[in-house]
Amino acid sequence: MEKFAALIDALIYTRSRNEKLRLIAEYLRETPDPDRGWALAALTDGLDFKAVKSSTIRGLLKERVDPVLWSLSRDFVGDTAETAALLWPEALGEAGPPPTVSEAVNTLDGMTRATVMTELPRLLDRLDSAGRYALLKLATGGMRVGVSSRLAKVAFAQAFDVPVDDVEEYWHALEPPYADLFAWGAEGADPPDTENLPLFRPFMLAHPLEETVVDLADYAAEWKWDGIRVQLVHVAGETRVYSRSGDDISATFPEMVDALDVPAVLDGELLVRGAHQGGEAGGAASFNALQQRLGRKTVSKKMLSESPAFVRLYDVLMLEGEDLRSLPWEARRRRLEKLVPVLPESHFDLSQLVEARDFDHLAQIREGARNDAIEGLMLKRRDSQYVPGRKTGLWYKWKRDPLLIDCVLMYAQRGSGKRSSFYSDYTFGCWDGDPDEGAELLPVGKAYSGFTDAELKKLDKLVRQTTLNRFGPVREVERTLVFEVAFDSVHSSKRHKSGLAMRFPRIHRIRWDKPVHEADRLTALRALIRD
Amino acid sequence: MAAPFSWIRPEPHGVHIVPADVWIDPSRAVDTALVTHGHADHARGGHGTTVATPETLAIMELRYATREGATPVEYGETIRLKGGVDATYIPAGHVLGSAQILLEHAGERVVITGDYKRRADPTCPPFQVTSCDIFITEATFGLPLFTHPPIEDEMAKLLGRLEAHPDSCVLVGAYALGKAQRVIAELRAAGHKQPIYLHGAMEKMCRLYEEFGVDLGELRLVSDHEKDDMRGSIVVCPPSALNDRWSRRLPDPITAMASGWMRVRQRARQRNVELPLVISDHADWNELTRTIEEVNPHETWITHGREEALLRWHQLHQRRARALALVGYEDEDD
Repeated sequence: MEKFAALIDALIYTRSRNEKLRLIAEYLRETPDPDRGWALAALTDGLDFKAVKSSTIRGLLKERVDPVLWSLSRDFVGDTAETAALLWPEALGEAGPPPTVSEAVNTLDGMTRATVMTELPRLLDRLDSAGRYALLKLATGGMRVGVSSRLAKVAFAQAFDVPVDDVEEYWHALEPPYADLFAWGAEGADPPDTENLPLFRPFMLAHPLEETVVDLADYAAEWKWDGIRVQLVHVAGETRVYSRSGDDISATFPEMVDALDVPAVLDGELLVRGAHQGGEAGGAASFNALQQRLGRKTVSKKMLSESPAFVRLYDVLMLEGEDLRSLPWEARRRRLEKLVPVLPESHFDLSQLVEARDFDHLAQIREGARNDAIEGLMLKRRDSQYVPGRKTGLWYKWKRDPLLIDCVLMYAQRGSGKRSSFYSDYTFGCWDGDPDEGAELLPVGKAYSGFTDAELKKLDKLVRQTTLNRFGPVREVERTLVFEVAFDSVHSSKRHKSGLAMRFPRIHRIRWDKPVHEADRLTALRALIRD
Repeated sequence: MAAPFSWIRPEPHGVHIVPADVWIDPSRAVDTALVTHGHADHARGGHGTTVATPETLAIMELRYATREGATPVEYGETIRLKGGVDATYIPAGHVLGSAQILLEHAGERVVITGDYKRRADPTCPPFQVTSCDIFITEATFGLPLFTHPPIEDEMAKLLGRLEAHPDSCVLVGAYALGKAQRVIAELRAAGHKQPIYLHGAMEKMCRLYEEFGVDLGELRLVSDHEKDDMRGSIVVCPPSALNDRWSRRLPDPITAMASGWMRVRQRARQRNVELPLVISDHADWNELTRTIEEVNPHETWITHGREEALLRWHQLHQRRARALALVGYEDEDD
């Protein structure tokens, strides 16, 4: 555990990507199995222990530290695991040597809700502050060491000098502690057998178009739908649904698992049906409707019938055991067009191409799009192979311009992680009438992005200087500042007093210059609803 | 007879001693100020008369280029103010010249600490516990998570990193008054004899420390040397210069920062620090609470810092306390 703790701390304080890669690669080479496999899983948030949650840690600490002092400390640090690691009282007497990573994992895995309150302290007592931090982070996930799963895979590839795309592909076939992956990478054993496994294949992604102009002779255009990008895999009678990050979300969308029985790997947009939220008749509803279904581990019958999911297909990666990824997009598209009629219509359709005379015409079509399930356009090079990640010049996304509205800052909350000392989450509102006639502000949204570090410092200072009230980590501030807020869409919502909910709001500009009474009214925001 | 302690009044801009009409560490210009130590948030310029230790007055002169109204008081010396108030300056162990001020009036005793620490510091005499009725304390690190490690451990971390990267330099961000000189003196105590390089903004304060008898060993200015001269060396700069263009002239610097805030990982990350050194010139949580127990005042007043947690501690230990909500004391770089 000490070596793993040292790795975690070194990664936290290292800015350079190359240095991070070097540190991880060195650890993977020098650490025996299965410790290195567990460590790799921990770095990429691949571990989950049912009995150990943030609330468990809070509970343990509140038995040992005054609850008020705990809360004040937690609020200052901005991270439960770190606060607990710092505040944990040092063990009196002999607590035993620090556990290895595998011993820690096995012990954590064996804990139940009944035993965690006695067993977790015994582990913590055997560690110093850095070890406790590493253990609690390993137990609860969210390492925040600036290591994406992609970076960890690259580090693995560097450590053992193997191709990263192979690592990516085998990775998803295996469970921690990845014994077969290390046997292949480190010992030169045969690669893991993946033929009959429902594996995730890394997605091909797009760059924002920005100022680029493309020739439609080389590029095909299709709508970019506002759902979630998924990959459906069916092999040897088994179907999996993967999210963009490669997480298995089959349990959340059981109807899609049942719907696919052709051996294939498909790329598409998962949407829910319904015309009631601004979509096409019988077609896709807005993202707002899909949101109700995300993140659930089980789904009720009612939900399945009210918001049934379907997938609008973009691409086909494999079919009947044949890997199509090295074919040009046009050839894959033809295979896909042939495949779609074979699939159940209730759960699959084809993402239609957008025909335009030229680029300007395409721009007009994009401007005119009124369907709320459309996020913008995709432009795909007609001869592009299906390659993992973002390769320049192959695929572009061209989102719809955001909507803008002027709001007034009302509340601020401290951020977490890197922003733990800053008031960086802002709630803002619009006027419910004429501010000169005594109208009030009603909150309409919350944003924590869209400003620079320098602006954040200025905002933080303003919050501290104009605080009216404190509610735990939240401060109510004087109404002095206008934000120009950008957002993708706005919907009716019963949850908010204003009756409105914005989708993906972010600070577009800080209007230091604008008097608050000139901010927008709710009526202006309501006019933008397209439900 | 006036109500007890009505002669001492906390105002937003400082503590006012009413019968003497003097202010302690006022954050705006007044006729007469009693100053605890030379940090800019406590020692503002422009007062008619400034009463402080000779060291603090020298620091203020360096900063404001004037000695006008300077009235020196030695440690242990008592001066009589107007209205029957006596003021005694007592070491606070914070930085060179730092003092607590004991105020006595009508049989009542009040100690105002300014900033203080309890650890040994080769650059200034140690904090002395002084009994009193009201103890006016800081609470910069007033959260139980703040326990400063022994400085020897932090020196070993610093020197270990330097040894592992002989072709780089370690750039240590440290507050220009106090922290920088303490780090240098502790490096010397740990046996580091090589020249230490300074950012230009550090030079005068280091020379002033030397004039007051603090031995800092051989110091060189970064601006007088080539990049290659500094490989394998320690360079000290103000925290603001850590991520500044200035540091481009250094050979592959490893960024370190000496501060009590470095105890919290994300704080170190916010400053892009690669080597956090938990070194503070303030009392940590255990030292704050131990000091209050040792002084055992009738009531504690808290000037600045994490006052909510220290108030809670008083409540849990059936002690009387209040927070003063003074403005203008900053602690982010310490």
